[in-house]
Amino acid sequence: MSRTPASSAARGAAAIAPADPGPDVASLKVPGPDVPGLGAAFGPSGVYARAARDSVAKMDPRRLSRNPVILATWVTAALASVSLVQSLVQGRPFAFALQITFWLWATVWFANFAESLAEGRGKAAADALRATRVDTLATLVLESGETRQVPAHQLKVGQVVRVAAGELIPADGEIVEGVASVNEAAITGESAPVIRESGGDRSAVTGGTTVVSDAIKMRVTASAGSSFLDRMIAMVEGADRRKTPNEMALSVLLAGLTLVFLIVVASLIGLGRYAGVRLDPLALGALFVCLIPTTIGGLIAAIGIAGMDRLLKFNVLATSGRAVEAAGDVDTLLLDKTGTITFGNRMATEVVSAPALPDTAAMTAAMMASLADETPEGRSIVALARTHGVSAELPEGATPIPFSAATRLSGLDAGDCRWRKGAVEAVLGDLGLSRAALAPDLERAVDRIARSGGTPLAVSRNDRLVGVIHLKDVVKPGVKDRFADLRRMGVRTVMITGDNPVTAAAIASEAGVDTFLAEAKPEDKLAMIREEQAHGRLVAMCGDGANDAPALAQADVGVAMQTGTQAAREAGNMVDLDSDPTKVIEIIEVGKQLLITRGALTTFSVANDVAKYFAIIPAIFVVSLPALSALNVMRLHSPQSAILSAVIFNALIIVALIPLALRGVRYRPIGAEALLSRNLLIYGLGGLAAPFLGIKVVDLAVSALGLA
Amino acid sequence: MTWRGWAEIAFTLGLSAALAWPLGLYLARLWRGQSTWLDPLLKPVERALYSLAAVRPEEGQGWSAYAMAILTFNAAGFFLLYGILRLQAHLPLNPLHLGGLHPALAFNTAVSFVTNTNWQAYAGETTLSNASQMFGLTSQNFLSAATGIAVAAALARAFAAHRGETLGNAFVDITRATLYLLLPICLVFALILVALGTPQTLAARVDVTTLEGAKQTLAIGPVASQEIIKQLGTNGGGFFNANSAHPFENPNAWTNLIEEVAMNALSLGCVIAFGIVGLARREARILVGVMLALVGVAAACLYAAESSPTPALASAAAHAAHVLSGPNMEGKEVRFGAASSAVWTAMTTGASDGGVNAMIESFTPLGGGVALFMIKLGEILPGGVGSGFFGMVVMAVLAVFIAGLMVGRTPEYLGKKIEAREVKFAVLATLLLPVALLGFAAAAAALPVALRSVSTAGPHGLTEILYAYASAVGNNGSAFGGLNADTPWWDGTLAIAMMLGRFGYIAPVMAMAGALAAKPRLEPSAGALPADGPQFASLLVGVILILGGLQYFPALALGPGVEHFQMQQELGR
Repeated sequence: MSRTPASSAARGAAAIAPADPGPDVASLKVPGPDVPGLGAAFGPSGVYARAARDSVAKMDPRRLSRNPVILATWVTAALASVSLVQSLVQGRPFAFALQITFWLWATVWFANFAESLAEGRGKAAADALRATRVDTLATLVLESGETRQVPAHQLKVGQVVRVAAGELIPADGEIVEGVASVNEAAITGESAPVIRESGGDRSAVTGGTTVVSDAIKMRVTASAGSSFLDRMIAMVEGADRRKTPNEMALSVLLAGLTLVFLIVVASLIGLGRYAGVRLDPLALGALFVCLIPTTIGGLIAAIGIAGMDRLLKFNVLATSGRAVEAAGDVDTLLLDKTGTITFGNRMATEVVSAPALPDTAAMTAAMMASLADETPEGRSIVALARTHGVSAELPEGATPIPFSAATRLSGLDAGDCRWRKGAVEAVLGDLGLSRAALAPDLERAVDRIARSGGTPLAVSRNDRLVGVIHLKDVVKPGVKDRFADLRRMGVRTVMITGDNPVTAAAIASEAGVDTFLAEAKPEDKLAMIREEQAHGRLVAMCGDGANDAPALAQADVGVAMQTGTQAAREAGNMVDLDSDPTKVIEIIEVGKQLLITRGALTTFSVANDVAKYFAIIPAIFVVSLPALSALNVMRLHSPQSAILSAVIFNALIIVALIPLALRGVRYRPIGAEALLSRNLLIYGLGGLAAPFLGIKVVDLAVSALGLA
Repeated sequence: MTWRGWAEIAFTLGLSAALAWPLGLYLARLWRGQSTWLDPLLKPVERALYSLAAVRPEEGQGWSAYAMAILTFNAAGFFLLYGILRLQAHLPLNPLHLGGLHPALAFNTAVSFVTNTNWQAYAGETTLSNASQMFGLTSQNFLSAATGIAVAAALARAFAAHRGETLGNAFVDITRATLYLLLPICLVFALILVALGTPQTLAARVDVTTLEGAKQTLAIGPVASQEIIKQLGTNGGGFFNANSAHPFENPNAWTNLIEEVAMNALSLGCVIAFGIVGLARREARILVGVMLALVGVAAACLYAAESSPTPALASAAAHAAHVLSGPNMEGKEVRFGAASSAVWTAMTTGASDGGVNAMIESFTPLGGGVALFMIKLGEILPGGVGSGFFGMVVMAVLAVFIAGLMVGRTPEYLGKKIEAREVKFAVLATLLLPVALLGFAAAAAALPVALRSVSTAGPHGLTEILYAYASAVGNNGSAFGGLNADTPWWDGTLAIAMMLGRFGYIAPVMAMAGALAAKPRLEPSAGALPADGPQFASLLVGVILILGGLQYFPALALGPGVEHFQMQQELGR
């Protein structure tokens, strides 16, 4: 190995933008450009070439048995081929039969191509991940304390390994001793190292990541082949892709429609004979393939795979397609307050001056009391003062008074000035005053702040109480809009917090969540999920701590944070590599998109049939029943060109819709009714109208080229 | 077309809908086992029946037990009726000394009346004794209607259930529907029909001297008692061969109105009752709206097609002064006219009733095509008693599944998730109809043994074939006419088609009801597709028309389509 793993990971991560869910596969955060063959696999031409190759292998009818519609197309194409050979042998004209047969096979191939293309993106990503799975030597720590070098793939669960700075972590495990910064770019694409330490919720380490500083001892929790990386590769590749419940239901419907159209077409033989027509089997085969829902049948697998793929672009791994689908159905979303809804630190938002003092006096005092305070709260007070135009520097020779649990105060002494800030009672006590001595204006301010869920801090200068600071749990900007979106999607949001009900209610109303669970203990979360599920609602949540594991397992969609514990990662059915709890919203959107795309293409596919009837029925009967030429509303050139045009349109529409299948129909949180109206208009009415136009255009081309 | 004609159509449909409301409320009480004002009189009878049959009324049945009960009950009805028809010669009340029916005809007729089809391959007045009409046919008219109502009740309960296991008791549902609903209404209205001129007697004939002095024998019998249940239970099997076009079955405008309203009111009432029992009143109203809208459109199309002369007549009238041009009156009763024939035909083909007051064979190709298309849409507009409702629910499930995905959630209907199991049974139910219809029709169209019965060559003859199987599969029972249906081929295949259309539909519907009942009933969510607005109504209409159209486009094009275009083109020449 000429390259060190650490540099490879760092360079790989640096080369890729961290959170851009861009259109190209290359944005997947897997390490870098120096992995062999990566360029070829990620380049558009590479993906297409690979899909084209794979789709040929999929022509095997045994592999098509999962998809009744395409299997029926395959059988029709095979029968057409047999009759084509007969025509050739018997010296009959075969130009028309040849073209129909070609396009029937093309229909099957296009369907396979769509699936291969969707799979190809995942395969490319899996290849990239696999390249990071280098075998290293691990330093095994025996019970006697001796160490021994063993290849990483020989490590067993329960063994203890020591990893020093600059070394690759050889397997998934849990730190039993020490603290280290670890570069996890190989998994997350995030190049900034994270701290991992024994005990608590940050003890899990992942094989394939690199210790950047310090050294740790870790216990192996997964043997080679079942590590997190291995599971990631399997997930991305879709190795065990099973049909999701909705896919199964849709397959039943499509199989049913295929059977109906089989009997419809077969009945034409008898009905045609009554009218004195001997129908050309090839034309009947063409009609059959045009009527069965080949559009959705050809794209159904691609839609499902592309759904997983879109999640991957958001840096979320789903353990199954079932989980992605469930995400679209989520009714209730549980969110932790801290870090998800609020920034997690309280921040100063206003300073109220004591009566008869200039406005800036309290602000200045607050700033002076906080100048030496390096806590986020202290810094937020300084920042607030700066925005109000107050500026001050730390005076020479000033003595910072750090916060202590005994005094519950902090502040600054400089010269003969003495600034203090702290809990109202503590500051009053420090000044030797009683609560009754508080000016009524300030008393009211303190009450108001407490009632609004904030924390009031009193500020004093020397022996005078000069004002009150309002510290507040600040809701992240934009959060309210996202919750409004969720409400329009039909998702109820529940905020989980350890705060008291008053604070919780204030923040809940500010953030616009639908309801909240205050003073929540981990088991309350689990109980709440069970309660929701008992009412038939689907619940999504995200979590990272070990005590989140039961709730994650119980939730229908459990998103574990990559930074979380091993237990949490095992319990969830999705892993967010960015460890961003708000990602659940995108996950829900991806789930909805998946279902919408399926519905849209099914509707489109079925609506298409109307035009195909108007093309083919007059064409196959017009010779003996000239009256039916009245149904040739598209005025197609000739019976043969009508049939050929319908078959060509039917095949090409699959190709034309591949981008839509892969990208997904856009989800808009505009409410179910408006969304349905919109999609019915586009895919229902559009599906009725498009083939009339499309078949006519193909017919013009076919007749202009003299093909039929 | 006249405003009087339009007003008659609107009034008839409006009155059916208006009467559906109280009928639905009453039916809901029956389904829920609540008391009625007939209890003092009928409760003892009901209890006696249960103890006689060893039925424990409080015992709920799962979907399979319920379905088995329905099937065995109907099988018993079939054997009883078959026996009566075969042994007719040896049974009393046979004043004309008519012989027993031959096996094929008895089989066909028994299946026909048990399946609520009432396809008649015989002429009633010359084939059946009063005993066969009363104890055989009329009693099955009651029981087949009650069967439809019972299955509807089970499905309604399935939607209301939250992880439920039972769907009610089939025997109780059949008993209560017959005893408290069908019998009292029929008793009252049979007497009204008698008052309006319909015969009700055990005599078989009356000899009269006509105005020209000729002697004529008119067949009579217990007509009124069969007439009212024939309409109310959407059975449609007439006492006479001419059905409700016969002046004894349907003497005047008043009886015509009663019979029309009777054939749609109870089917609509079942949907209203479902709204109450299934906890989906607004959604039920949408279903009623869709049914009425489509049957209204069909009536309008029929009226438009039948109120103008045929192209040939119109052109003849234009060239010769002595030819009068008017509505297409061939096959229509002068006392009813075009509007009344149009609305009746729309209602009878939409409702799987099958009684006729005009001969559909004589309609214009487009008019006959509309009638044929109405049957092919699955007999859900408003369909048979009970069966129209559960057919419509199957359609709603499919509509929700196909288009409902487009809101981005697993589709749900009335708080029940529609997943693979429900889709499977819905597809199975809808699959059997085109398979039986098109399969038999295609075979008949190609086989000489079947073609011998067809009266005309060309597309009109094909329509006769298609109509016969559509009518059998859809359990409608009306005939396009012209077809000699009493041959072994037609008796046999039509009977099989009727059984498939009835029990091949009820079985998957019951299985679907079982699957739905077992699911939790979800509370309405803002993200789910609402099924109680005009949007859902238009979606449902679209799915019904497109699915129906796609299945039968070629058949309709080759039958009525070709006939219509040929007519136009011949005239153009």
